[in-house]
Amino acid sequence: MKNQLEMDIKVPNQTQYLGLIGKIGEDIAYTLKNFKDNRDELAYHINLVLTEAMANAIKHANQNDPNKEVHISINVSQNNLCIKVYDQGQGFDIREVNIVEPDPTKDHGRGVFLIHTLMDSVSYTKCEHGHVLEMNKSFESSIEN
Amino acid sequence: MQVTMEEHGQIVTLKIEEERLDAHNSNELKVQLLNLFEEGKVKIVIDLAQVRFIDSSGLGALVSGYKNASSREGVLKLCGLQTQVKSMFELTRLHRVFEIFPNSEDAQASY
Repeated sequence: MKNQLEMDIKVPNQTQYLGLIGKIGEDIAYTLKNFKDNRDELAYHINLVLTEAMANAIKHANQNDPNKEVHISINVSQNNLCIKVYDQGQGFDIREVNIVEPDPTKDHGRGVFLIHTLMDSVSYTKCEHGHVLEMNKSFESSIEN
Repeated sequence: MQVTMEEHGQIVTLKIEEERLDAHNSNELKVQLLNLFEEGKVKIVIDLAQVRFIDSSGLGALVSGYKNASSREGVLKLCGLQTQVKSMFELTRLHRVFEIFPNSEDAQASY
């Protein structure tokens, strides 16, 4: 089997599951072989982007509707991490969300900024039942061969 | 949300007894702070020593508390930040907004 980890998780549209999914993200950071940078930092960052993307899906896209769900797909290879978070909402234009550094005195608007800062590429597109937020990060420069 | 509250004179210290301060529980903190402000308690220390993970909602709740305290001529200060939590404050430039202390004794003594 090729050296690739694939996970598909569906959770109810409730923020109580943020910790569970975030923990899975952290554990992934510790499975990477030959990762030479700060692993604790990577674990935190994967936890954070999963938490932010899920919270957006639950609260904004799915509008806290208890009958909806969030589908998370995580794909890890030696050199790359791909996370997709599917919502069942009408979507929002992430270009409208401020992706530049937010005003430190504002109490909202940091989630999308953090995702863009910590991942290499981010897209938000329409799919069958809603929208999907796709985030990619390359480990190429952090892996010792 | 598990929070322990201690009062030393006018200073109220809230110790967050949770591993995560995120979109699931940050609103509870926001409400708890608003209740304190309504009681006229505006010198607040938030002890984050137990918090291993904070997201944008958690940061937002602290900023909201900071602004509300300031508008009532009080100050909200932070202490006990773990390494990764501290780096979130740096990434979002919030370390320039808050006064951050190593522990609650130092934070309380600074008022």
